[in-house]
Amino acid sequence: MIVNHRAVASIYRFEMARAWRTVMQSVISPVLSTSLYFVVFGAAIGSRIQSIEGVQYGAYIVPGLIMLSLLTQSIANASFGIYFPRFAGTIYELLSAPVSFVEVVVAYVGAAATKSIIIGLIMLATAAMFVDLEIRHPVWMVAFLLLTAVTFSLFGFIIGIWADGFEKLQLVPLLIVTPLTFLGGAFYSIDMLPPFWRAVSLFNPVVYLVSGFRWSFFGQSDVSVGVSLAMTFLFLALCLAGVWWIFKTGYRLKA
Amino acid sequence: MPPIISISQLSKTYSSGFQALKSVDLDISQGEIFALLGPNGAGKTTLISIVCGIVNATSGGVTVGGHDIRRDFRAAREMIGLVPQELTTDSFESVWATVSFSRGLFGRRRDDAFVEKTLKDLSLWDKRDARILTLSGGMKRRVLIAKALAHEPRVLFLDEPTAGVDVELRRDMWQLVRGLRETGVTIILTTHYIEEAEEMADRIGVISKGEIIVVEQKAELMSKLGRKRLTLNLQEPLSEIPDSLEPYRLELKSGGCELVYTYDAQGQRTGITRLLTDLSAAGVTFRDLQTEQSSLEEIFVGLVKDKR
Repeated sequence: MIVNHRAVASIYRFEMARAWRTVMQSVISPVLSTSLYFVVFGAAIGSRIQSIEGVQYGAYIVPGLIMLSLLTQSIANASFGIYFPRFAGTIYELLSAPVSFVEVVVAYVGAAATKSIIIGLIMLATAAMFVDLEIRHPVWMVAFLLLTAVTFSLFGFIIGIWADGFEKLQLVPLLIVTPLTFLGGAFYSIDMLPPFWRAVSLFNPVVYLVSGFRWSFFGQSDVSVGVSLAMTFLFLALCLAGVWWIFKTGYRLKA
Repeated sequence: MPPIISISQLSKTYSSGFQALKSVDLDISQGEIFALLGPNGAGKTTLISIVCGIVNATSGGVTVGGHDIRRDFRAAREMIGLVPQELTTDSFESVWATVSFSRGLFGRRRDDAFVEKTLKDLSLWDKRDARILTLSGGMKRRVLIAKALAHEPRVLFLDEPTAGVDVELRRDMWQLVRGLRETGVTIILTTHYIEEAEEMADRIGVISKGEIIVVEQKAELMSKLGRKRLTLNLQEPLSEIPDSLEPYRLELKSGGCELVYTYDAQGQRTGITRLLTDLSAAGVTFRDLQTEQSSLEEIFVGLVKDKR
């Protein structure tokens, strides 16, 4: 046996089944929150903003909103997915099974990314009911969707390994990811900011994700697509390095 | 036949500095039931956890079926099933799903008939669709056993299998273990219930403070280390033991009606002949006598105490 594909499939199915058990929460909450954002930002505030760079404000925020959900859902799914067996003790089975660490990561991250992509697509469908959407570069849109989901599922996986309590599981998403996302140009173009804050924003990795994703919709972006893509890959590489280190050292997994 | 599990110079020091295993050497033969006995904290679970891949050894090596557990971990782990000490289960899963999951995780092709047979053998078939959190503790233990057997392992580790288990389940479990042995499965169980080892095991290893103190065939261990007791039923009750008999360290029991003499059955001289002569000289007469072997529990307590 060179690759234990049955193990990968088993873990993947197990994780997907977990989402399926809570399908109502998984689907309703993103749909509800998207609708709320549209009511608040699209209808109430958007009616005064009209358009940004020629795009209706209601449509302009769609890529950012999807990105916001994609990030939080990827992190939440993956971190919970690996943290829970550690918490419940069922991790013993994973550690004693004939699976390599790479296979474990592929299965957990694959499942977490799948779930967040499905949610992203549901949000896209919900948004399409509120505003007219065009997607200029659908292939790139899917590429950004996939890359972001995988990258942040890896990030979530690292958090799930690092956390030693449910509070810590919430800490990073709440204190770092959500602020970065809100300040990452999800609801505005960073070109609207004063020069100083625009420069500060360029240190926020989420800016590149939102900008690239928005480009795939409207063909325009705050920073060039090449830079967006490069930054996404950089973050992906950092996460892969983190996961590699965890498994090399057995950090928090093996005594 | 080469041993199915070979452990050599295995040591484990945890990051806290606690040395759980001190250069342990142990070979387990194929098809035997081996009981690892030891008090809490002796290193039983650490030893099992290293063989199963849950804990990293500090030094030393282990092979399972000739496969090194690090270099050839897939082949080694495929052979092993583990029933952990704690009742750790996926509470929200159904019994069927969790057992099928285990089979897949160990790389086995889906086989509903086998999973069905396993569940039936463990009286879990009626509960196959129940969520695990709705099951009793005993049932959860059965689920863990079913999960460990789902990939048809050649070696089964049972870590404290009957801790907190009722009589019926214990009996079922022993029956299951015997049945598995008949199919050639090697079984290693840790326990601090001596009667379990006495009842089940072919061979017994005693571990204390991270060291294997003794490994013996059960019968040999009992005869080698067993102390025997000679009980004499006296004609006339004694109020106290005569001074002349003091060197024998006799005990007076049953209100002075019985004299008990404990001796080493393996000793060159048991001292029985001399005792009987001295008894006669002291005018103590008896109408009956019997001897009994000390139990494994007594042997075990003696061994561990000596070590301290």
